[in-house]
Amino acid sequence: MSKVERDEHSGTETTGHEWDGIKELDTPMPRWWLWSFYACIVWSIGYWIVMPAWPLVSDYTRGMLGYSSRALVTEELATVAAGRAEVTKALQETELADVKNNQELYQFAVSGGRSHYAVNCSQCHGSGAQGGPGFPNLNDDDWLWGGKVDEIYATIQYGIRSDHDETRTGEMPAFLKDEILEKGQVNDVTEYVLSLSQEGRDAEAVARGKEVFMNECASCHGENAKGGREFGAPNLTDAIWFYGGDKETVQKTIANGRQNVMPAWADRLDDTVIRQIALYVHSLGGGE
Amino acid sequence: MSNSPVEKIDVQAVNKKENRSLYVSRKKIHPKRAEGTFRRLKWIIMGITLAIYYVSPWIRWDRGPLAPDQAILIDLEHNRFYFFFIELWPQEVYYITGILILAALGLFMVTSLFGRAWCGYSCPQTVWTDLFIVVERAIEGDRNARLKLDKAPMSFSKLMKRVSKHTSWLIIGLLTGGAWIFYFADAPTLIQEVLTGEARSVAYSTIGVLTATTYVFGGLMREQVCTYMCPWPRIQGAMVDEHSLTVTYHTARGEPRGPHKKNDTWDGRGHCIDCNQCVAVCPMGIDIRDGAQLECISCALCIDACDAVMEKVGLPKGLISYDTHIGRVSKEPITKLDVPFIRPRTIAYAVLLTLVGSIMLYALLTRSALDVNVIRDRNPLFVQLSDGTIRNGYTVKILNKVHDVRRFQVTIDGLENAKAWNQSEGPQFEHIVVPVPGDTLSAIKLFIAAPRSELESGSMDITIIVKDLVSGLTEKQSTTFKGPK
Ligand code: SF4
Ligand code: SF4
Repeated sequence: MSKVERDEHSGTETTGHEWDGIKELDTPMPRWWLWSFYACIVWSIGYWIVMPAWPLVSDYTRGMLGYSSRALVTEELATVAAGRAEVTKALQETELADVKNNQELYQFAVSGGRSHYAVNCSQCHGSGAQGGPGFPNLNDDDWLWGGKVDEIYATIQYGIRSDHDETRTGEMPAFLKDEILEKGQVNDVTEYVLSLSQEGRDAEAVARGKEVFMNECASCHGENAKGGREFGAPNLTDAIWFYGGDKETVQKTIANGRQNVMPAWADRLDDTVIRQIALYVHSLGGGE
Repeated sequence: MSNSPVEKIDVQAVNKKENRSLYVSRKKIHPKRAEGTFRRLKWIIMGITLAIYYVSPWIRWDRGPLAPDQAILIDLEHNRFYFFFIELWPQEVYYITGILILAALGLFMVTSLFGRAWCGYSCPQTVWTDLFIVVERAIEGDRNARLKLDKAPMSFSKLMKRVSKHTSWLIIGLLTGGAWIFYFADAPTLIQEVLTGEARSVAYSTIGVLTATTYVFGGLMREQVCTYMCPWPRIQGAMVDEHSLTVTYHTARGEPRGPHKKNDTWDGRGHCIDCNQCVAVCPMGIDIRDGAQLECISCALCIDACDAVMEKVGLPKGLISYDTHIGRVSKEPITKLDVPFIRPRTIAYAVLLTLVGSIMLYALLTRSALDVNVIRDRNPLFVQLSDGTIRNGYTVKILNKVHDVRRFQVTIDGLENAKAWNQSEGPQFEHIVVPVPGDTLSAIKLFIAAPRSELESGSMDITIIVKDLVSGLTEKQSTTFKGPK
């Protein structure tokens, strides 16, 4: 490699590499390219110094600017919260039932509630709040614990059979399993309950079942079976069934009881958020 | 040659084959001022187009107290476009698309009839370049004086000329950019704000950018924009054919060319005296005697120049004229009357123009001041209520294009015994009333409920009718009502 070879046509030095008689020219880099390259090197060294750059064993170099994307996010979130401070305060200070009278505040609450609902509630009640067996549909007009916005707010705050001190509790006993009723009586009372909303049930069984109902069930569901909201006892005369309205399901409910749980959100979510969710749920069309 | 009435100009076309190379740098063109019919036409069109551009935003149009009273206004802030009696909303931008299609078709049509007539007379690049050349000529003189000035060493008078030329150009650029912003805001208010330094920064940056582009394109780059930057010359080739009227040098009549002395006979030679007047006046710096060329913008200044020459040597005008390709090569140039203006190509463009134009006109005439959109809730598809009725949810968007508040009645057709809710009103039998503020889009949540017995199958077609309680204007939207199968 001592002797530099020159290409006779272009006068450019070759690299000495040759393939099938074709030699590689050692054409110099364009000047502008080279300078951009050096500038990038200088730039990157400066970047190491001022910005976070090198990973260490359990930490990283922080850089002179102390930049951190996490701090930036926290800061941004704080800015957003500060920007919302006024409207959040208004929401706190307004009676829930009156929020509707202030359209701007109401829109803020409902659209915020919609996204908080999607994050926290949709897992059980469904993305459209349509519920499912054992999880109430929040769109309809049937409410176990009351459908006024204040009542919904209380339900979300304290939950049902949750670990909160103010939780609401209602028991549906397991009438057969706990040997309160006989198998036949369970069948009778099932027939009676179904007869409240369906025609053509077994008349004799219904009559017997009614007696059982008056003794065992009326204390919670009411003598007219229209339910009792102080216990979260469903209305048995309407078209909506919490767990299902076919005979087998109703029988199962009576035999084994039902104890579903709704978590208390008071300790987990900001009060403003709970208010927003309550207003959103109320706005779904069934709110009272 | 000395007794020839026309002096030969020393000039060479920029695109001559012999001096064409990939990397050749630009040759500055100093077009000589032409005089004649087409130059006059260009002055007139220049005046009209510039007047339209500068005056338009200042025309007033009374639309009542709640709307701007500027005849042409692009109100980006409120998403409105005003054009005299027409007011467009963002969802109606298809009108703009329509206008662009019409403009394109119109351009195709004109091109197939008259070549690059748009480029030569009304393209902003041409108009402003012309204006810039007027200024240049006024300050530095015509072609010869400018050539001399270019060569002259820098002196105080040269510097003064250069400075005043560029300053004038920059002022024209500033006025151009300045006029543009008045299309986007109330002009009388905006001009005050701009002058007192209170206008928004976007106004100043727009003025800045447009000043710069006008100055650079019109003053410095000129024909380079038409030849190298504009896509249009490349597309036009598809629109002209051998029947299109373009600026044409009649080879059969002109060749062989050569200098001609007074009283010499014209026998055995062509009529072109090779004086190069046609090349000197060309703003694109080309020689039209080489045939049709990409660079030629059909401005016809070379026609004016050559006609003047022909007059001086006592020959009929029209050695260069608007003619077809067929006329160019034939011994007898075809007259304007022979030109087949009606050809399959022009018929096709005319039909398309009429078609698109009529569609737009129809859409514009049947356009309603009320727009209704119904979006059905999909999650959940329907809700069963405790009394067994089925409820469906809809979002009804009512677009009130009038400037006053209007009250609308929403009714349902196709569903017996239905009830309707709006969130602010409880269940109503069959209909609800919603007020919508002027010039606004209101989205209302509409719940419709019907007994299950009314549902024939899982899904029913229903119609939601929105009616203006005062004027009776009605809009119908069909949608479906769903229930359990
Ligand atoms: S050749 Fe004639 S028509 Fe074409 S650009 Fe030049 S002056 Fe205009
Ligand atoms: S075409 Fe006309 S203007 Fe051009 S060189 Fe010939 S005579 Fe002169």
